[in-house]
Amino acid sequence: MTRHVLGDTAVMLDRSIKHVTRSLDTIITVTIMPIAFLLLFRFVFGGAIQADTDNYTNYLMPGILLIAIASGISYTGFRLFMDMKSGIFERFHSMPIARSSVLWGHVLTSLVSNAISVAVIIGVGVVIGFRSSAGLLAWLAVAGVLTLFTLALTWLAVIPGLTASTPDGASAFSYPLVFLPFVSSAFVPTATMPGPLRAFAENQPVTAIVDAIRALFGQQPVGNDIWLALAWCSAILVVAYAFAMAAYRRRIA
Amino acid sequence: MATASPAIRVNGLRKSYQKRSVLRGVDFEVARGSIFALLGSNGAGKTTVVRILSTLLRPDAGTASVHGFDVGSEPLRVRESISLTGQFAAVDEILTGRENLIMVGRLRRLGDPRGTADDLLDRFGLADAGGRRVGSYSGGMRRRLDIAMSLIGDPPVIFLDEPTTGLDPEGRIEVWHEIRKLARGGTTVLLTTQYLEEAEKLADRIAILHEGTIIVSGTLAELRKLLPPARVEHVEQQPTLEEVFLSVVGKQA
Repeated sequence: MTRHVLGDTAVMLDRSIKHVTRSLDTIITVTIMPIAFLLLFRFVFGGAIQADTDNYTNYLMPGILLIAIASGISYTGFRLFMDMKSGIFERFHSMPIARSSVLWGHVLTSLVSNAISVAVIIGVGVVIGFRSSAGLLAWLAVAGVLTLFTLALTWLAVIPGLTASTPDGASAFSYPLVFLPFVSSAFVPTATMPGPLRAFAENQPVTAIVDAIRALFGQQPVGNDIWLALAWCSAILVVAYAFAMAAYRRRIA
Repeated sequence: MATASPAIRVNGLRKSYQKRSVLRGVDFEVARGSIFALLGSNGAGKTTVVRILSTLLRPDAGTASVHGFDVGSEPLRVRESISLTGQFAAVDEILTGRENLIMVGRLRRLGDPRGTADDLLDRFGLADAGGRRVGSYSGGMRRRLDIAMSLIGDPPVIFLDEPTTGLDPEGRIEVWHEIRKLARGGTTVLLTTQYLEEAEKLADRIAILHEGTIIVSGTLAELRKLLPPARVEHVEQQPTLEEVFLSVVGKQA
């Protein structure tokens, strides 16, 4: 059975990846907005922001990457919704395959397509002055944190993908996620924010993840941030996965 | 599994959604290699029966077996024995026709998915369209591809849920032709339809599902006996519009 799970998941991944590569507009949409934010903050607002750094592009980068992922996963919700609507979801479930491969195909596709967007955005970042002294190990750690973050948000996206009644509903849930980095340490130090806002900003997951990635890029000690970031991502992943599986079981016998 | 035992056996099937009772004790049997039509108006519960038989939905009460396997306790064996062609043609619009067939072939673990795909494209008159995305197909081509996908792996039982809904007369005749070929090859076909003519033309046995139960079932000749014997009358037989349509576009019913 294990061999079937892997083989069937490979077929599903292949199918879903074709959906991504044949609608390149989705990758463009997903990368354009974060790149626009990157340019906006670097060249328009950047001069007025006192972030206590000599390279504001470096400061921005982690938050921009999280925005890219938060908007990228909405396509997973959308593609899953379209599968439910079209009936191909039921066709797969009436076939002698490992049923888990149907969802995992979408989840793995999300990891691949978000990795592509992240790479494109880092490329643009390098062009406008992003520099990192990080070694291989630190880069791997960044990749690990971003992968875990993508995995957690993707399972979150599976929930509306399975339960929404319109395609807009299946993807709209990601808007608040895209907004979350703005109320965090992603663009400005949280110390500049008024009391309650600052309390929220300092205790929400994006701040911990951004601080951890920023430290890894800058060869700084990561301290507790990395553990806090991993704890947040793992917690979101576990809760989202549980709800997604519950929604899945309601849809299919 | 004795060959004499029926391909499909349904006993006392019940299913409710919330308070609405859709199936209220459905019983029928389908002999191997026959075409069985489940006839009923919209909302009669035809699709619910098919979803239960294809292991997509659990009944509230009653038992059902397909190809000798119980749908509740041996769902995987049932899935190995069936193919489902849904009311809304469950094909992948972004993939090409050939890729759709290869995908199903790989999921059914065929030795040569490509060869099988090419054979089926030929057989269903889709050889020229095989390299095009399904999104550009006509309704009839899509339905033929859908049926071709169902034949991969030669399942002994095929469920066709309203296979001709939304097709033009030519498309409907093509699909009928394929269904007859299937039954001649020994496949058991369970067909749901709301078109009386379709059941009359294709089915060996017909069951009428009305308000959640089978109110009559039998061969066409048996059903005809339910009404008073035919009287001999002289009626000027005008061609039907369908006959006119088919003769001017050059097809035979």
